Amino acid sequence: MNKTLLQVKDLKGYYRGTFGVVHAVDGVSLKVSEGERIGIAGESGCGKSTFAQLVTGTTTPLLHYEGGEVKVNGFDVWKISPEKLRKDVKCKLISYVPQAMLNSLNPVKKVREFIADMLKERTGRKHSVNEVREMAADHFERLGLDKHVLDVYPHELSGGMTQRAITAISTLANPKLLITDEPTSALDVTSQKRMIELMIDIQRKGIIKSLMCISHDLSALNQLCDRIIIMYGGKFVESGKMDEVVNNPLHPYTRALMDSLLPLERQTKNKSLTSIPGVVPDLRNPPPGCRFHTRCEKFMEICRSKNPPTIEKKGRSVKCWLYSRGRLK
Amino acid sequence: MKKNTLLEVKNLTKLYTSGYIRTAEVIGAKNVSFNMKKGEIFCLVGESGSGKTTVGNIILRLIKPSSGKVLLNGKDVFSYDKRVYWRKVQAVFQDPYSSFNFFYNVDKPLNDAFDLLDNSPSKDERKKIIRSTLETIGMNPDEILGRYPHQLSGGQMQRILIARALITGSDLLVADELTSMIDASTRVAVLNELLRLKKNEKMSVLFITHDLAQAYFIGDRIAIMRKGEIVERGPVKKVIFNPKHPYTKELVASVPPLHEKWEL
Repeated sequence: MNKTLLQVKDLKGYYRGTFGVVHAVDGVSLKVSEGERIGIAGESGCGKSTFAQLVTGTTTPLLHYEGGEVKVNGFDVWKISPEKLRKDVKCKLISYVPQAMLNSLNPVKKVREFIADMLKERTGRKHSVNEVREMAADHFERLGLDKHVLDVYPHELSGGMTQRAITAISTLANPKLLITDEPTSALDVTSQKRMIELMIDIQRKGIIKSLMCISHDLSALNQLCDRIIIMYGGKFVESGKMDEVVNNPLHPYTRALMDSLLPLERQTKNKSLTSIPGVVPDLRNPPPGCRFHTRCEKFMEICRSKNPPTIEKKGRSVKCWLYSRGRLK
Repeated sequence: MKKNTLLEVKNLTKLYTSGYIRTAEVIGAKNVSFNMKKGEIFCLVGESGSGKTTVGNIILRLIKPSSGKVLLNGKDVFSYDKRVYWRKVQAVFQDPYSSFNFFYNVDKPLNDAFDLLDNSPSKDERKKIIRSTLETIGMNPDEILGRYPHQLSGGQMQRILIARALITGSDLLVADELTSMIDASTRVAVLNELLRLKKNEKMSVLFITHDLAQAYFIGDRIAIMRKGEIVERGPVKKVIFNPKHPYTKELVASVPPLHEKWEL
């Protein structure tokens, strides 16, 4: 068994504002060991990105940490001081690439000036151009980027290149865990494939140890990850090995999600596909019991009143009343 | 012109120029020609910047071509009266959230569609038509009417915009990336709606997308665009599973399959 890198226990995070309290992440637990590539999938508005932010210890305005534990290599992210978190954990242990990564470079600065700014924040002193070049050029080349990328402005780069450059910058300090939020969704199919190859490549080269990838695109995650978690309404509803979940989904939500997917395969042409009826529940007052019961086709009376238990077996877990009497094979 | 041809695009070229004295030119579309039959779904596929939207916008008369012609029913689209033209050709765009005015409820865009008609029906009749149209596209009018855009899902919003095309009785619907911003779970409902339109209403759809899987699912014929030019065209099955052009081959190979793994 590999060393555990990240351990999340009963993590909760709510958005609080004049609109009420949004229960975006509501008691989720997770373990990531070294060498794993893990994917988190679900519809928009089910708390995937919020979860990633909470794991890195960053809160955006209105997002509040409400309890639970996040341990990264022994550091309890929400207990240690923000200064320690910034110095010892971020970038060195975990690196987070946000969703709007195409806007995250400074448009009025060259890429190397951006890196210099970042290094200054980290070390507290100014770095000369040559120093930055020395530090970054090798790393950029290992990631298959040309050295001249350092000397251009962000607008000169294409979408795919920007994304590679940002991935390169966020792995400069060789973090153990890289968390990326929707790394492929803003890209063309050809750049998407290159991005997936890059992610696997940086793990093979040992630049990062583990990867957590958040996406709504199950087919892309299928290529990239070996374990998958399906999230719905702020909770993890199913998790397991990628192949097992894709080929034999257990939770009704996962099944519905798989049915609505449109892979490029010969037989999809005349297949009738079904969409999931209804909309994602309003997490300001989430439905009682199982959060999926309003849209579930296997709805039972108990689903309305009681929160389903999480049933685990052989690394596969599912949170549904259907499997409550040991019917999980 | 063949009898059942609806739209003909002939040698369409669009150059975007910038600057006043030293002008720079960017090719939007270069010698694009194709024609669409009545009741056909035609897909334009390509990566971003390949000129798909430029072609769509010219067909919608939103921009003028540098050279070339677009004919609808054998007549140049720029010679039509605007109201008459947009009665025949309607569009649904990528972002449903910016297609609606958030201050009005969704009845307004549906009501506004009647203004394109010559003799617009009375208020009560409009209501009846709106209700029956929503029912034909499989939506419950009581759940939709009187609501505001933020209370609906992206898929529902796109389907309301499709309903507008039904109210005006359009011949052609230009669907520019209409599913790329909505969730996979509701995307299928929109695609199924387009298939139903084609079958029952004999409406033609120009389906602009970057997603080959969607094009394969929905389309009859497909054209692959690259840098403003059409590089390959033909029936979807043939183009996607038996591509001839190296670019199409690359594109097809880049789509992540769901049931098998790439060797990486």
